[in-house]
Amino acid sequence: MAFFEMAKTAIITVLKRPATRRYPAVAAKKTALSRGKVTVDPSRCISCGMCMKKCPAGAICVRKDEKTWSIDRLKCVVCNCCVDVCPVHCLTMETDYSPCMRQHQGIEVITITYVKPERPKKPVGEPEEKTQA
Amino acid sequence: MSRRIVVPFGPQHPVLPEPIHLDLVLKDEHVEEALPSIGYVHRGLETLVVKREYPEYVYIAERTCGICSFIHGMTYCQGVEQLVDCTVPERALFLRTIWSEYSRLHSHLLWLGLFADALGFENLFMASWRLRESVLDVLEETTGGRVIQGSCKVGGVRRDIPGETLDRMRSDLTAFERRARDLAEVFLHDESIASRTRGVGVLSREDAYELGAAGPTARGSGVGIDLRKTGYAAYGRLSFKPVVETAGDCHARCAVRVRELFTSIEIIREAIAKIPDGPIEEKPKKNPEGDYFSRAEQPRGELVHYVKGDGSRHLVRSRIRTPTLTNLPALVRMLKGCNLADVPVIVLSIDPCIGCAER
Repeated sequence: MAFFEMAKTAIITVLKRPATRRYPAVAAKKTALSRGKVTVDPSRCISCGMCMKKCPAGAICVRKDEKTWSIDRLKCVVCNCCVDVCPVHCLTMETDYSPCMRQHQGIEVITITYVKPERPKKPVGEPEEKTQA
Repeated sequence: MSRRIVVPFGPQHPVLPEPIHLDLVLKDEHVEEALPSIGYVHRGLETLVVKREYPEYVYIAERTCGICSFIHGMTYCQGVEQLVDCTVPERALFLRTIWSEYSRLHSHLLWLGLFADALGFENLFMASWRLRESVLDVLEETTGGRVIQGSCKVGGVRRDIPGETLDRMRSDLTAFERRARDLAEVFLHDESIASRTRGVGVLSREDAYELGAAGPTARGSGVGIDLRKTGYAAYGRLSFKPVVETAGDCHARCAVRVRELFTSIEIIREAIAKIPDGPIEEKPKKNPEGDYFSRAEQPRGELVHYVKGDGSRHLVRSRIRTPTLTNLPALVRMLKGCNLADVPVIVLSIDPCIGCAER
């Protein structure tokens, strides 16, 4: 048995800088893989609905008729599943978290601006054309 | 002249991170009987298995617990892999082992901090959690999530760890081990901790075995059950010894967890040294059919995932048995005859994870 076992750790702690960050002044820690929030590139989304089908939380809704892609940020569990399954890679996982909400701001609705390219023009190197066909 | 009174303990109590209710039947200051009741955080996660396809359910299986989430996901994947006839590549098995052990490190450090807090040792609590932060940083860097890793999938793992990161992880472990040793000295030898935990909440070896105690609760009473010895994931290729203490009191259970930190560090070192190159996943060839009991060692003890498939994309049944549930009968036995002031320490000593136990 011993007394003052903690003394060494305590003294080192006193002499060292604080272990935590002064958060709003200093940016939060994040890595290249950190999962913050999902964003969509509406100019590339082909409305295939894979993200909606695979979302484990049921947070994403893709309306082909209305050409909208919507996400409920409060339902989203930021699992990266939609980003993995998207065939045209129009979804990205940002490393920043979505800002906190003072009230339920409803669902974020984004209008899809993707236009199916005309077939005769045949833009080369567009993987979404293949997938959509 | 003494009389019996019933004191409710929980579900909201300063030492309880999660809600459990105990009716303590007291005679003077001594607990004669403890009647536990759970059911405050049931979420019906097992039912969701029929609504989600089996690859997507991994995300839900992981969210069963906020501490040992990776091991939940891995155990579920292990079960489904047996139903879809899928051989997981070696590298994926080693990566799973590494992430499991990092999860164990962070879970044990979290518990050690909470335990110190329950004893009133604020300084040690903060030191433990500060050390845990370095483990969470590694998990976030390699998987993208601090506590919900989301890196396991049916047939392998979702992402690889590059060789240079593995090397850095191994070299960082040296500093981590040195800092952990300083903390271990306090937990194992400090007089004030020993006076609050030695001889408190004694669970005999026979009781631990008969009541089905699991994990550090069983190992603290001398029952050397460690599921990792069954050789799932890559544990079969690694050499380690389960940590066993014989005293059976709160101090022994604390000592098991402290010493397991170093076992985990050794396992990670060995796994990083032995990890082979190669693919990290294999695609399942068919839909799950049949049923399987998958078992793994969580930081709290033996975890069982039962999965049943009928050849469709949706499983028909998932059942989870968590170590906290099997440790509750042991907890009731420990509480019998103890002092009221020792109840928080004893309850915490089984590392209760009610979120997992109720799902």
